[in-house]
Amino acid sequence: MNLLRGLVARPWRFAAEATALLIAALVAFPLYWMVLSAFKPAGEIESTEARPWTTAPSLDSFRRVFEQQEFGRYFVNSLVVAGAVVIASALIAFLAATAVTRFRFRFRTTLLIMFLVAQMVPVEALTIPLFFLMRDAGQLNTLGSLILPHIAFSLPFAIWMLRGFVKAVPEALEEAAYLDGASRARFLWQILFPLVLPGLVATSVFSFISAWNDFLFAKSFIISDTSQSTLPMALLVFYKPDEPDWGGVMAASTVMTIPVLVFFVLVQRRLVSGLGGAVKD
Amino acid sequence: MTSVTHRKTWTPWLFLAPALVVLGGLLAYPIYQLGLISLFHYTQAQVSGGEPTTFEGFGNYAELFGDSQFWEVLLATVVFAAACVVSTLAVGCALAVLLTRVRALPRLALMLAALGAWATPAVTGSTVWLFLFDADFGPVNRVLGLGDHSWTYGRFSAFFLVLLEVVWCSFPFVMVTVYAGIRAVPGEVLEAASLDGASQWRIWRSVLAPILRPILVVVTIQSVIWDFKVFTQIYVMTNGGGIAGQNLVLNVYAYQKAFASSQYSLGSAIGVVMLLILLVVTLGYLRLLRRQGEEL
Repeated sequence: MNLLRGLVARPWRFAAEATALLIAALVAFPLYWMVLSAFKPAGEIESTEARPWTTAPSLDSFRRVFEQQEFGRYFVNSLVVAGAVVIASALIAFLAATAVTRFRFRFRTTLLIMFLVAQMVPVEALTIPLFFLMRDAGQLNTLGSLILPHIAFSLPFAIWMLRGFVKAVPEALEEAAYLDGASRARFLWQILFPLVLPGLVATSVFSFISAWNDFLFAKSFIISDTSQSTLPMALLVFYKPDEPDWGGVMAASTVMTIPVLVFFVLVQRRLVSGLGGAVKD
Repeated sequence: MTSVTHRKTWTPWLFLAPALVVLGGLLAYPIYQLGLISLFHYTQAQVSGGEPTTFEGFGNYAELFGDSQFWEVLLATVVFAAACVVSTLAVGCALAVLLTRVRALPRLALMLAALGAWATPAVTGSTVWLFLFDADFGPVNRVLGLGDHSWTYGRFSAFFLVLLEVVWCSFPFVMVTVYAGIRAVPGEVLEAASLDGASQWRIWRSVLAPILRPILVVVTIQSVIWDFKVFTQIYVMTNGGGIAGQNLVLNVYAYQKAFASSQYSLGSAIGVVMLLILLVVTLGYLRLLRRQGEEL
């Protein structure tokens, strides 16, 4: 009864909600299809009728993924790269953001503009000089060749975004801390850091994603030692344009997507408020 | 500002030091190198040390600008990026407004679906969309009754397919940001507008859009920067730039020139062109910010 009354009273809202649900289903469909195909037995994937369900889920594709390649190793490599980038860039960005919001000094505005301009640098174009740089430093075929550039590329955005969070901590708090005899280091790590942590988490989503998703550097810098490869490269092993192993590709894609999804869902709230703060600021 | 911040010390530079070292070594220096390489003759022979490097001046640029393929790729890049930006913004803004009109449950559903799309790595997104539109086994052709129509064969349909994927994974950023912006607008303002008899479109045009302008500028610029640099989607979905390079964009073009045909200096020259174009966009953005009187 209630539903019916609501329907009559507010037909527009009902239409809006139906649209929202429909669009949600559409947006989620590719992910649903990915997971579904990963569990479908080979015969069902390579069939001409595309059924949106399966009656005989199988782990064959996953087994193929984990057995055929050193997939576990690639997974760990990806985790190491993303983890190192997230931690390093969060710490460095926190210090830099503190400097540009809590101090007035010469070239401050210039620096801020530089950080903004740095965000637009097409990372991909720098693959060529970075390749030579890594070669000369003997870093080709190491995870370091993936970690270092990603720290550099995620810093400008991280600093820019963290600014708002650092600014939001009242100056009075800082003065009170000093009056109570706290040293600058103590204020920084024991008072400011915990307060800015939610912002750091939101920011780290972006560095995590850029490192985890990286395809170009992995393709260009890890040229001969495949034991140092990361997931995106492993995924493409299954994808041969002429006859792709769709089951394998979808299973590998599922494995690669899940950690990011988990990370996103965990920080979802902070992400939304963090973005709002960073943009408004 | 207070006395704490006025004190003249080296402390801020100490705090900035790690960031400056990393950015200097891995961003500024490579940019300098990029410019340098683009001025030399640099191919496989020079890389392996077989031949000395020779200074070319702007020879590489002359060669690039004399190549009709470069202009074609540049045009394709601009048109493709523009189409992506417009579609992403339209979808993102429309859905952000829709989010404010619905109750918690549908909102959560749409939010979660969008977060899922956002979180999907570019490589997996690309392969999944390829599979969806696969000529033999994809569900889209079955549903639309297109038989074994190949989406990646034609130039425009291949670009269209990549565009769909790009919009799918980038509209959530716009939607979430604009939604957060709308939520920050005081309810009374919107109420007053609708009491005055303004239509939905009118409210959006005359009330919300002006208030949200700073946010819209940010998401637009971000989208321009991202979509102009699309690499993975084009590379994976069109298998390195499409049949006979029909789906090349500048980024992939530079990569192919450098790493597939070892013309590192030409690849670098393309990189410099991209850098300059994006620099112009960013400077325009900075002017906009300044005109809005924002303090950095």
